[in-house]
Amino acid sequence: MFDAKPPFQRASGPTTRGWFLPVQSVTRIRQALRRSNRIPHLTRASWRTLTSAIALAIGLTLVTAGPASASFWAPQHGGSPNADRIHTLYAVVFGVGVVIFIAVFGALVYAIVKFRARPGAVAEQLHGNTRLEIGWTAGAAGIVLVLGIVTFLMLPGIRNPDNSDADGWAIPAGYQTAKDKELLPKDGKSLNIDVNGQQYAWRFTYPDADQDRQNNVQAYEEMVVPTGTTVTLDIRSSDVGHAWWIPKLGGKADALPGYTNHTWFKIPRGKEGTYVGQCAELCGRNHANMTARVRAVTPDEFTQWLAGQKQSLAQAGVAAQQFRDQQAKNDAAAAAAQAAENETTTPEASTSSTDAESAAGAAQR
Amino acid sequence: MATVTATPIPQVVAHSVEKPMKGWVDWVTTTDHKKIGIMYLVLTFAFFGVGGVEALLIRLQLAVPDNTLLDFKTYNQLITMHGTTMVFLFVVPVMAGFGNYFVPLMIGARDMAFPKLNALSFWMLAAGGLVFYASVFFNPPECGWTCYVPLASKDYLPNGGVDAWIFLVHLTGIGSLVGSVNFYVTIANLRAPGMTWSRLPLFAWTILTYSVLLILALPAIAAAVTLLLTDRHFGTNFYDPAEGGSPLLWQHLFWFFGHPEVYIMVLPGFGIISEVLPVFARKPIFGYKAIAASTLTIAFLGLMVWAHHMFTTPSPSVVLVFFMVSSMLISIPTGIKIFSWIGTLWRGTIIFATPLLFAVGFLGTFLIGGITGVILALYPVDWQLHDTYFVVAHFHYVLMGGAVFAVFSGLYYWYPKMTGRMMDEKLGKISFWTMLIGFHTTFLVQHSIGLDGMPRRIPEYADVGNLAIYNLISTIGAFILGIGILLTAINALRSLKHGAVSGPDPWKANTLEWFTQSPPPQNNFDAVPRVRSVEPMKDIRAEIERRNNEPDPVSA
Repeated sequence: MFDAKPPFQRASGPTTRGWFLPVQSVTRIRQALRRSNRIPHLTRASWRTLTSAIALAIGLTLVTAGPASASFWAPQHGGSPNADRIHTLYAVVFGVGVVIFIAVFGALVYAIVKFRARPGAVAEQLHGNTRLEIGWTAGAAGIVLVLGIVTFLMLPGIRNPDNSDADGWAIPAGYQTAKDKELLPKDGKSLNIDVNGQQYAWRFTYPDADQDRQNNVQAYEEMVVPTGTTVTLDIRSSDVGHAWWIPKLGGKADALPGYTNHTWFKIPRGKEGTYVGQCAELCGRNHANMTARVRAVTPDEFTQWLAGQKQSLAQAGVAAQQFRDQQAKNDAAAAAAQAAENETTTPEASTSSTDAESAAGAAQR
Repeated sequence: MATVTATPIPQVVAHSVEKPMKGWVDWVTTTDHKKIGIMYLVLTFAFFGVGGVEALLIRLQLAVPDNTLLDFKTYNQLITMHGTTMVFLFVVPVMAGFGNYFVPLMIGARDMAFPKLNALSFWMLAAGGLVFYASVFFNPPECGWTCYVPLASKDYLPNGGVDAWIFLVHLTGIGSLVGSVNFYVTIANLRAPGMTWSRLPLFAWTILTYSVLLILALPAIAAAVTLLLTDRHFGTNFYDPAEGGSPLLWQHLFWFFGHPEVYIMVLPGFGIISEVLPVFARKPIFGYKAIAASTLTIAFLGLMVWAHHMFTTPSPSVVLVFFMVSSMLISIPTGIKIFSWIGTLWRGTIIFATPLLFAVGFLGTFLIGGITGVILALYPVDWQLHDTYFVVAHFHYVLMGGAVFAVFSGLYYWYPKMTGRMMDEKLGKISFWTMLIGFHTTFLVQHSIGLDGMPRRIPEYADVGNLAIYNLISTIGAFILGIGILLTAINALRSLKHGAVSGPDPWKANTLEWFTQSPPPQNNFDAVPRVRSVEPMKDIRAEIERRNNEPDPVSA
C-alpha cells in the first residue's frame, strides 16, 4: 500500500538527486558551503526539504491564483486594468515573499530542531562571519532592488489612465474639463466625473458641454458609467476626510477637504454590472454605512441614461420654476388681500404687508 | 624656612540618617530606578489589560455580520481607546519600564543619571493615562488613535474627548522626552569601567536608539496636538482648509512622529531578543556590530518613511516614490537582524525555556510582519491594501507578534531578577503556546479579511464574500490569545509568592545585571567589575572556574 513513493522521495536516488534544481549547481553550492567549515552546511535531507517546500509554495500560489478564491490571498480585481495590474504586481511580490518566508522560516525551524540542547552537545562559540553577513546584506539588497525595478516597470500602467476602447462611449469634444494633462489618458479623452464625499454619501457630478456647473447631471450613491470607456475621477470632500474605494476597480484615493485627488478605471465591454465598495477612511459614526456603487452599462445605455437624466433635470427645473412662480403669485395675492384687509382695519399693520411683499420677492429671486 | 602647613585632621560629622519611607509613601516618593521601573511595568501591564478588554469588545462586535451589540459611537470610542492605550500607555512605556530597571544594572550604574527626572517621567505617564481614562466618565474621543482632522476638529467632535486625547499626548510626551534624555545621559556617562561602546549590551543600544528617536520625533506630535488644541479652542485655523489651513499638515506632522513611534515600540523589543537568544543558545550573539549598526540604520531610515502612511492622499508622485523607496530600504537592516538572530541559534545548544520560546515566536511572527511590510511599501499595491484589515493584520504582526512577544520574553527572562523568584515554566509554556495559536488565529486571517474588501474601523459589515467566517475565526482567536495572556498574568502574580527562589543568576546569563543579587539591593552593586567583553558575566564565570582549578597557592 505504501509502495508508491511520494514524488519527493525520488530525490534520494543518486541520479535524480536535487531534482528541483540542476544537480550540478546544487552539488557545487553544497561543496562551497562545506569548504568553509565556519558556515554550517545543510545536509542532503534538508536541501530536499527546502527545495520541496519552495516548490510546494509556488505550487500553492499557482493553485490559489484561481479567480474563485482570489481575495483569499490577493486583492480583488477583474473590473479595470489598473486593478488587474495591481493584482499582478501583488502576486509577484507575494510570491517572492512566500519564498523568502519559507527559506528564512525553514532555517529557523531547522535551527531550533537541529541545535536543541542534547547531552554532550557543545555550542560553537562563534561571534560572526563577515563574509556571510556581507552576503546576506547583499542578498536582501538585491531582492529589494528587483522588487523596486518590477514596481517601477509596472507603475505607469497602474497610475496613468489607459485610452478608451474603440467601442467605448464617444466622449463629446466639449465635455473635457480643464485639468492636468498628465492625469488624462494619452489621447486626452476620458469621461471625467467629479466625486464629492460628504458624511455619509458620495455625490457624482457628470461633465457637460457648457460652463454652467449648475445644470450638470448629478447622482448620489450610484455612479453610472459606460463600459469600454476610461473614467477619470476628481475626488473631493466637503466636510471630513473620506476615501473612495471600489476594490475591483483599483486602488483607493482619499477625499480630503481643500484638495483634489485623482484616480481612474476602465470597465471592459462585457463586464457590465454593479461594482461595490465603501468609504475607507474613518469619517464619523456612520462610516460603515458610507457605501459606494458603480453601475457599468453599455455605451448606448449610458447615452440614454445621460439623456434621460438631462431631460428629467430640465423637467425638474421647469417644474420647480413653475412651482416657485405659482407660489410667488399665491403669496402676492395673499399679501394683497391681507393689505386690503389691513387698510380697512388698522394703519400700523401696513408694515406687515410690505414684509409679505418682500418675502414674495425673495421667493421669486 | 619650613612653612608649617596645617594638616587637615579628619573629622567625623554626624548627619541624621533619614528613616526609610515605608509602604505606599515609599513608592510614591521613590527615585530608585528599580522601583520606578516596577511601577512602569505594573502600570503599563494594567493598561495592556484594559486595552486587551477593549480589543475583545471590538472583536465581539465584529464576530458576526450586521452585529448590533455596540452602537457606532461606542465602537468608535473603543477603537480610539484601544489604539491609544496600546501605543501610548503600553508598548512605548513598557519599554521604558524595562529600560529603567535594567539599563543601569546592565551598564553597572548605581542609578539613572537623573533619578528625580526619572520619577517625573513616570508620574507624567500616570497623569496622561489618568486624564485620558477620565474621559470615560464624560465622552471618550471617537476619532481613532490617529485623530485625523477635520474629523477631530471642533466642528465634528466638539466634546472633550479629543481634548483628553491631546492632553494624553502632551503629558506622556513630556514624560517620554524627559525619560529619553535621562536614558541617553545614563548610557553615555555611567557605564562600568571597561564598557566601551562596542561592549554595550544590545538592549542598552536599542534603548539608546529609542531615546534618540523619541527626542527627534516627539516635538512634531507635540506641535501637531498643540495646533489642534488652538484650532479647537482659540480660533486658529491651522487645519481648516476653508481658512487656508491644511488637513494634510496634520497627517504629515502626526506621521513624522507616528512612524518613528513604530520603531520606538519595536527596537527595544529587538534588544530584548538580542539578549535572550545568546543566553539560551549558550552562544555569543552572531554579528554584534551588525545588529547594533542595523539598529541605528533602522532608526535613521525610520525617520524618513512617514508618508508611507499617506500613499492614498493627494500627494505628488515624487513624494510617493521617495517614501516607497525609503520604506523598502528598511527591510535590509531588518533582514540583517533576523538573519543574525538565526545565526545566533545556529550550532548552539538551545535550551527551550519560556523566554526563548517567546523569542522564537517573535522571530516567526515578526518575519511575516516584515514581509507584509514590504508588500505595503509598494505604493500602487498599498492603494488596494491601505486602511483595510490587511494593514491591521500587518501592524499587529509587528507590534503584537513582534514587540509584545519580545516584552513577554523579557518578562519571563528578567522576572527572577526583579522579584528573586522564578516564574512557573510549565504555566509559561502553556501560556506561550496558547498565545501563539491565538495570535495567528486572530491575525493571519485578517489579511484575507482586508483582501476581501473590509476596511478598518467599521463597526458592522455586510455578509458578503467570506467575511462572516473569517471574522468569526478572528474573534475566536482573539479570545484564545486573551486566555494565553491571562495565564501569564496569573503566573506572574502567583510566582511572587510561590515561585522557586532564583538566586543571582538563574539563566547563567551574559550581562552585568546578573552579577548582583535578585532582587538587587538599593545601591545595585557593592563593586562593579571591569568589563572586558560584551559578555562580562561569561568572563567572570570563566575566571572563577580558572581560579578554582588553580593549585592551592599555600600548599604549592
